[in-house]
Amino acid sequence: MRARFWIAALGLAAGPAFAGDDFGLGHTASPEDIAGWNIDIASDGAGLPPGRGSVAQGAQIFAAKCATCHGAHGEGKPMDALAGGAGTIGTAKPVKTVGSYWPYATTLFDFIRRAMPFNAPQSLTNDEVYSVCAYVLWLNKIVPEEIVLDAETLPKIAMPNRDRFVSSYKPREGAQ
Amino acid sequence: MLAGALGLAASGAITGARAEGQEADIPPGVPRWQKEPGAGVMRPPYGQPSPFEAGVIRRARSEGPPYPTPQAAISLTPLQDLHGIITPNGLHYERHHAGVPAIDPALHRLVIHGLVARPMIFTMAEIMRFPQVSRLHFLECSGNTQNWAKPSPTQTVQDTHGLLSCCEWTGVALKTVLEAVGVKSSARWMLAEGADAAAMTRSIPVEKAFDDALLAYAQNGERLRPEQGYPLRLLLPGFEGNTSVKWLRRLKFGETPWQTREETSKYSSLMPDGSARQFNFVMEAKSVITSPSGGQRLEEPGFREISGLAWSGRGKIARVEVSEDGGNSWTDAALQQPVLPKCLTRFRLPWRWQREAAQLASRATDETGVVQPTHDALLKERDARSYYHYNAIQNWRVGVDGAVTHAG
Repeated sequence: MRARFWIAALGLAAGPAFAGDDFGLGHTASPEDIAGWNIDIASDGAGLPPGRGSVAQGAQIFAAKCATCHGAHGEGKPMDALAGGAGTIGTAKPVKTVGSYWPYATTLFDFIRRAMPFNAPQSLTNDEVYSVCAYVLWLNKIVPEEIVLDAETLPKIAMPNRDRFVSSYKPREGAQ
Repeated sequence: MLAGALGLAASGAITGARAEGQEADIPPGVPRWQKEPGAGVMRPPYGQPSPFEAGVIRRARSEGPPYPTPQAAISLTPLQDLHGIITPNGLHYERHHAGVPAIDPALHRLVIHGLVARPMIFTMAEIMRFPQVSRLHFLECSGNTQNWAKPSPTQTVQDTHGLLSCCEWTGVALKTVLEAVGVKSSARWMLAEGADAAAMTRSIPVEKAFDDALLAYAQNGERLRPEQGYPLRLLLPGFEGNTSVKWLRRLKFGETPWQTREETSKYSSLMPDGSARQFNFVMEAKSVITSPSGGQRLEEPGFREISGLAWSGRGKIARVEVSEDGGNSWTDAALQQPVLPKCLTRFRLPWRWQREAAQLASRATDETGVVQPTHDALLKERDARSYYHYNAIQNWRVGVDGAVTHAG
């Protein structure tokens, strides 16, 4: 693998990605140094924190902190609809929601934790984020009412529209 | 020709002197502003446009429902009022997802980690000590130009194409910093994250990071404006604007894309067959006539220039053709130097309008051979459901009364 990389890199005018000039700028960052910022969740669930949440808990949090913008049942207005639209993707009038369109359940945790609620982002506990995920997925009839979401169960949820997502990006031949 | 030019100038002078009491300010009178000294230096210390240019401002779209909150909204560049290729910093279009953060640069940090040899954290002072580069590049939101449906005649070029700007960007080549950090050979994607209240994220191919990506901290000679990412933004030339993450705080390297909200539920193109194309990064060849353009009125017949902008996310603009008859016949326009890759190019064509109806259109070709499509050709591939990356030819209808309207 390493040898293949070096051969590929030599073919690039840009030169190797390794072993460039070390300008002596910046400081080494330990995992502890950046723990508070290291909040991304990969599509395989890597990065999901400890914690768990239920549909019932999520319903309470949603009513208090989400429904004003997304509707009591995630129907939307004034902001995005989160529920409904099943079967409309591919029709003349697609209704894009978490349930009808989003390809990965992990995206839901990642986005809610980093950006929601709009007026107080990064204020929910991990348990609260798992709970709101459970509630939104339950609204979309993707999980049963008794589901408990955590780092193990969330990445395993099969989103209905997953297989319709296609990447347009094609790496250049010989590129890193 | 000389007589025509004089006629235009004379009529313009008369038009400008209609208001009562202003006749004394035009020849043969000596104007008021010559009869006393003007304002002193530094009034104000940061210079502002003439008060007579107060209408040259960013605007929301003139039609359609307003965004529910101004913190997650757009503003549009007044292309109809600009000259050359540079967008003044105060007129650069905006697209924010949770408002403009007020970041103290002394407290801002950039973290680079994941599949790297040495996870690092940088201060702004450290980033600004790296070798510096400056380059001119356009930025265009991939949601620019919503011309999928029947055109609304009153729309201006600010409405249709205003999510487009162009600046000289200064910073450090991302490659320079990444070589110091040591990106592992297994890394294929880079997550870029903002320090705004949306902590907005996009997954970027490592190939782009090592190609022409910049860590930009200045635009048009001064530090970034807050609404353009102060104190630091990613700048990915030729890619859809959303990927040039503002208020950049973190770059993380991994093997696969993260599938963030912005690259799944947004910035993906829903195709007629129900598939959703994501990672549509490159802004394809496109052009638009900015003068004359929608909402303007040609008051006088005679000579004027047709002028506009052309650009491609793949490289330089090679050719721009202009049609006065809605695309039946085309004439090559002159390209104003400099013609730079992934940058706006100004084109011009002399024109004489004799109060006849016309339909003006421009068609760009880039150096890779990509030709800007017609509306109908684009619609054969995809439609309004795909929303993003509309790059078809823009038509402006000129009426016999001189009124210029949006014709799709």
